[in-house]
Amino acid sequence: MSDRLPGFSTLAVHAGAQPDPTTGARATPIYQTTSFVFNDADHAASLFGLQAFGNIYTRIGNPTNAVLEERVAALEGGTAALAVASGHAAQVVVLQQLLQPGDEFIAARKLYGGSINQFTHAFKSFGWNVVWADPDDIASFERAVTPRTKAIFIESIANPAGSITDIEAISTVARKAGVPLIVDNTLASPYLIRPIDHGADIVVHSLTKFLGGHGNSLGGIIVDAGTFDWSTGGKYPMLSEPRPEYHGIRLQETFGNFAFAIACRVLGLRDLGPALSPFNAFMILTGIETLPLRMQKHCDNAKAVAEFLAGHPAVASVNYAGLPSDKYHQLARKYAPKGAGAVFTFSLKGGYDAGVNLVSKLQLFSHLANVGDTRSLVIHPASTTHSQLDDAAKIKSGAGPDVVRLSVGIEDKEDLIADLEQALGA
Amino acid sequence: MNHDAYPDNYIRGILNSVKSIAMVGASPVNVRPSYFAFKYLAQRGYDMIPVNPGHVGKDLLGKPFVASLSDIGRPIDMVDIFRNSSHILPVVEEVLTLDPLPKVIWMQLGARDDAAAAKAESVGIKVVMNRCPKIEYGRLSSEISWMGVNSRTLSSKRAPAPTQGMRLSLNRMSVGGGDTAASDRAAKNKSEQS
Repeated sequence: MSDRLPGFSTLAVHAGAQPDPTTGARATPIYQTTSFVFNDADHAASLFGLQAFGNIYTRIGNPTNAVLEERVAALEGGTAALAVASGHAAQVVVLQQLLQPGDEFIAARKLYGGSINQFTHAFKSFGWNVVWADPDDIASFERAVTPRTKAIFIESIANPAGSITDIEAISTVARKAGVPLIVDNTLASPYLIRPIDHGADIVVHSLTKFLGGHGNSLGGIIVDAGTFDWSTGGKYPMLSEPRPEYHGIRLQETFGNFAFAIACRVLGLRDLGPALSPFNAFMILTGIETLPLRMQKHCDNAKAVAEFLAGHPAVASVNYAGLPSDKYHQLARKYAPKGAGAVFTFSLKGGYDAGVNLVSKLQLFSHLANVGDTRSLVIHPASTTHSQLDDAAKIKSGAGPDVVRLSVGIEDKEDLIADLEQALGA
Repeated sequence: MNHDAYPDNYIRGILNSVKSIAMVGASPVNVRPSYFAFKYLAQRGYDMIPVNPGHVGKDLLGKPFVASLSDIGRPIDMVDIFRNSSHILPVVEEVLTLDPLPKVIWMQLGARDDAAAAKAESVGIKVVMNRCPKIEYGRLSSEISWMGVNSRTLSSKRAPAPTQGMRLSLNRMSVGGGDTAASDRAAKNKSEQS
C-alpha cells in the first residue's frame, strides 16, 4: 500500500499481471476465446457504450492482451497502451486517429525500410501525405511544418544503422507546431530509452523485436503518454468531437489522459481489425520478463562485435553509436547510457559482392529479415529490406550497396566474433 | 495538498471512506461522462444522489434528482462536481453552507479552481481536482487494467472477480503515480497557461 516506485526489472515481471481471480493461476493465462458472456442486457449495453470496464470480443480487447498492454505502458511510463497484430498495424491505427485525407505528417528519413514503404505508398492511397525530414538536421523538421501537419514520426534508435535521434530537440519542434511526437522505440526498447521522458506523446513498437525477443511471435503496441491536449482547435476530431460510432461520446472529455489509447482501441482496432492473438501476447509477455537481462547482454555483445569489426582490415567503416569515434556517440551517451542497442551496420571494402559473400559464409549469424532475436542475425539491406528504394534513397536511409546490417544476439561474444572472423577472412 | 499530482494513498483514503456522494451536474443523457461515473459508482456500492435543477421530478437510475445540495436534507460524505472550472466557485460556496460539512469535494476531469479549493481546504475539507472517481476507483482496484490502462498498482494477491454492486479492494501496492510524471507535468503546464 505504500506509494513506492518499483524499479524497471520489477515492472518487467509484475506490471499488469496478478493471480487469476477465478483459478489463482500465477502465470498469465492465455484467454484463447473470441468472446465473453454478458451478465445481463444492461451489462452488455454498458460495455458497448463504453460505460463499464470489461470484455466483449477479442478484436476489441482480451484479458491476456490487456496484461501485455499495461506492462508495456508501465515500462514506457505511459498512461495506457493498445496491443495490435504488428508494428505496421500500430502505425496505421495511430495515424488513423490523427489524420484526415489531405493531411500531412512529417517523418524522419532514417526509418525501417518497411515503414518508408508504408508511409510512401500505402498511406498515400488513404490521402495521408508523408513529408520527409532529416533527423541529423533538426531545422529540416521545422521547415516541413505546414497548417496540415498533424504529427511528427521518428525512431529513437534508427534502422538500419543504429543512429540515435535527438528526441528532445524534435519534441520541441512538435510542441511549437502543436502536434504530437510519435516515437518508434522498437530498436531501443524502454530498457535503453524511454521516449516519454524526453517529450514523446505517443510511443509505438514492433513487439516482434526486442520486447518479445525470441523471434517467435509478431505483435505491435501503441503507448499513450497522456501528455497531449487533443481538444484545441478541433484539429483532432476523432478525440475532441462527438463520435457517431458511440452515440455522440467525446473521447477526450470522457477518458482524459488515456483518451488516445481508447480512441486507438474503439475507433482503430475495432473498425480496422488488426487484433493480436492472445497466444502471441502470452509469448511476448514471457519475453518481456527477461527484457532487462537480455537487452544488457545484446548491448554488451554488440559493442564487442563492433569493436572487432572496426579493427578488421576488410571493413571500411562501422556505424555503431556505442563506439567513441561514432558520429552519434554523444547522443548515445545522453539517451542510451546503458548501451547503444544491438542493431548496427558496417560497410565492406569489397562492396556489394563482399556483402553477399559474407552473408553466405556465416555459420552462426542467420540470414533473415528480422532484428531483436536471441539469435544473431545478418542481412544485406540493399538486396532485401531496402531493395524497393532507389539507389539515392538507399544511401540516404543508410542502406547503401556495400552495407551489411547485424542484429547481435545473446550468444557468447567470442563465438560471434570467431564466426565473423572466418567469414571475413577467406 | 499538491493538486498537480496526488499520492495514491490520498485518493485511496477518500474512496475507501466515503459512502454517500452528491453529484452536482449529473446528467440523465447516457453518453455524458457524468452519467458514466454516476452509474459506475452506484454499481460499486456508493449511495449516489443526483443534483441538477433542470431535472427535478425525474430520477437517474432510480435515484430522484434534487435541485440543490441544501435540498438533500441529510449529511453527505462527498460532493462530486461535474461543472466547468468557471462554475466551480459558486458550488463550493454552497457546499460551505452545509451543516455538517462534507468530508470531500471532488472536481471532475478538466475542472480546476485553485482559489475555490483553498477555501474548502481552509475549513478541513479534502479536495481533489481534475480527476474522475470512476477512473481512480477502476485504477486502484486494477479493474481498469482490462482496458490496457496503466493502473500503477502491483499485486501478488488474488483479487475477487468483480460483480455488480460489490465494493472492490483498493488496497493494492501502489506504483506511486510517479511513473506517469509526464502526464502530470503536461496537466500542470496546461493549468498554468489557462
